[in-house]
Amino acid sequence: MTELLGIPAPVLFGQLLLGLINGAFYAILSLGLAVIFGLLNIINFTHGAQYMMGAFTAWMLLNWAGLGYWWALLLAPLFVGLTGILIERFLLKRLAGLDHLYGLLLTFGLALVIQGLYRNEFGSTGLPYAIPAELRGGQNLGFMFLPNYRAWVVVVSLAVCLATWLVIEKTRLGSYLRAATENPTLVQAMGIDVPRMVTLTYGFGVALAAFAGVLAAPIYQVSPLMGADLIIVVFAVVVIGGMGSILGSILTGFGLGVIEGLTKVFWPEASSTVIFVIMAIVLLLRPAGLFGRTG
Amino acid sequence: MAARSEPAAIAAPLATANGLRHQYLVMAGMALALASAPLLLYPVFLMKVLCFALFACAFNLLIGYVGLVSFGHAAFFGTAAYAAGHAAKVWGFPPELAVAFATLCSAALGLVFGWLAIRRQGIYFAMITLALAQMLYFFYLQAPFTGGEDGIQAIPRGRLLGVLDLSNDLVMYWVVLAVFLGGFLLIYRTIHSPFGQVLKAIRENEPRAVSLGYEVDRYKLLAFVLSAALSGLAGGTKALVFQLASLTDVHWTMSGEVVLMALVGGLGTVFGPIVGAAVIVSLQNYLAGLGHWVTIVQGLIFVACVLAFRRGIVGELGRLLGKPL
Repeated sequence: MTELLGIPAPVLFGQLLLGLINGAFYAILSLGLAVIFGLLNIINFTHGAQYMMGAFTAWMLLNWAGLGYWWALLLAPLFVGLTGILIERFLLKRLAGLDHLYGLLLTFGLALVIQGLYRNEFGSTGLPYAIPAELRGGQNLGFMFLPNYRAWVVVVSLAVCLATWLVIEKTRLGSYLRAATENPTLVQAMGIDVPRMVTLTYGFGVALAAFAGVLAAPIYQVSPLMGADLIIVVFAVVVIGGMGSILGSILTGFGLGVIEGLTKVFWPEASSTVIFVIMAIVLLLRPAGLFGRTG
Repeated sequence: MAARSEPAAIAAPLATANGLRHQYLVMAGMALALASAPLLLYPVFLMKVLCFALFACAFNLLIGYVGLVSFGHAAFFGTAAYAAGHAAKVWGFPPELAVAFATLCSAALGLVFGWLAIRRQGIYFAMITLALAQMLYFFYLQAPFTGGEDGIQAIPRGRLLGVLDLSNDLVMYWVVLAVFLGGFLLIYRTIHSPFGQVLKAIRENEPRAVSLGYEVDRYKLLAFVLSAALSGLAGGTKALVFQLASLTDVHWTMSGEVVLMALVGGLGTVFGPIVGAAVIVSLQNYLAGLGHWVTIVQGLIFVACVLAFRRGIVGELGRLLGKPL
């Protein structure tokens, strides 16, 4: 068996792949957080719960309605995004003009409610969700075995991230969005319906989280608390990357996932804390974050 | 009189000599009520309320008077619980030394966390404190001295100063009450001192405070360390009361609970966190048998408070009476 730095190659590359997958989730989630924060000035603490809702929606579609993975990939983000739109319309809208703090507290409370309701309904243990038939099996690359589903997750996540970046940076809609982030009053004065844009943006950010949840369902167990710890790591990712740049969020997410995966190989005990340690170091050296603006 | 009006001369509108007099009255009433409370309620329940009340007051010092939102205060509470438990059980420290050691540990941790976190403001500060606390949680999950999922159990309460036997719940209650009142008075003096006025100035307008020549970061850090130390005092005492230090004490849900207590009672009010702690602890006791409904109800209270009740119970009372409480 080939070895690299004293570690069997399949183990090394296996963890690297898992790191990439985690990184993909960090990237999608921090991207959603950044887009929401840009327009709503709210740190969406419910994001982890909405990721979990995405996974559960996939599970419910399969077990209750007989609709498989591909339908879930389409319907779960739509459904969770719709609940997000309701949350924005009826709750978050009423916080306009208040301190950032209240948005954080409100979404934190919502996360508690959602996670509590799912725990009452489904219990705390994880539920299995099978990999779709089309993506079972894998490729033998010689130095490692590449499961098809994991490759799919990395590729589709990258595609979604890049598509989001393209829409925001290169299209007319994206330019409205960026303008409204800078100065909503002025954009509204130009005749653009900013409140509707804010609602749809929240819905979109939340739908991204749900999409990540569906992707995660076959890899991790579907459980009510799957997003609770994840969201705190994503907060650290956001602090490291800074929320100023979309591409920055994507790069930081994937990069940190890989670093976490490598730590799992070389120093397993530190793997759950390594991202937080990196956050501390970044705060010391570059307080605004790697891609952030000061403030 | 001179002593009382002196801070008022420097003070923001909140603290005039008149404004303080009714607060002293409320304080005396509170001390009396707490002293006679064991006649009506279980001492262990009351001790739990007092520990969390001190914790919430310490948290409120930051959010209410400096405008810093810490979402990781469980780190200080839990660290102190582990430190007190380890010192009392493994090293055989007497209770007063165990709690003092715990407070010191939390203060030191507060110095490190605060030093890192004050580099960013507002919402980032909240995320950084949360992330640092989560890092500590994972550390304690693996560290050998914390006992992992079991925690440190059967921590001896010992004898205070070698004399008072704390295994008696009522004796323990008097000690906890003394600790609480001491911590509360320290916070009260701090927010009405010139130092406290500078903190409020930072909360109201940080660039202005900088332009007036205050070293804002140093003030923030000092307030953060003070808050961490007092949270530690609360956590260490709690470990002795329940003879248990566990992962629950350092988990992010604990950080959320202390935010909720301060919010329900009234952010930035003197007595609010105490009322909030009493409400939330009672609620937890009442709903304890109902599984995850505790979390759901707490979440709903968060939502309701933020949408319709931002002043909190004591804040609303103070507004009705026209006096800050």
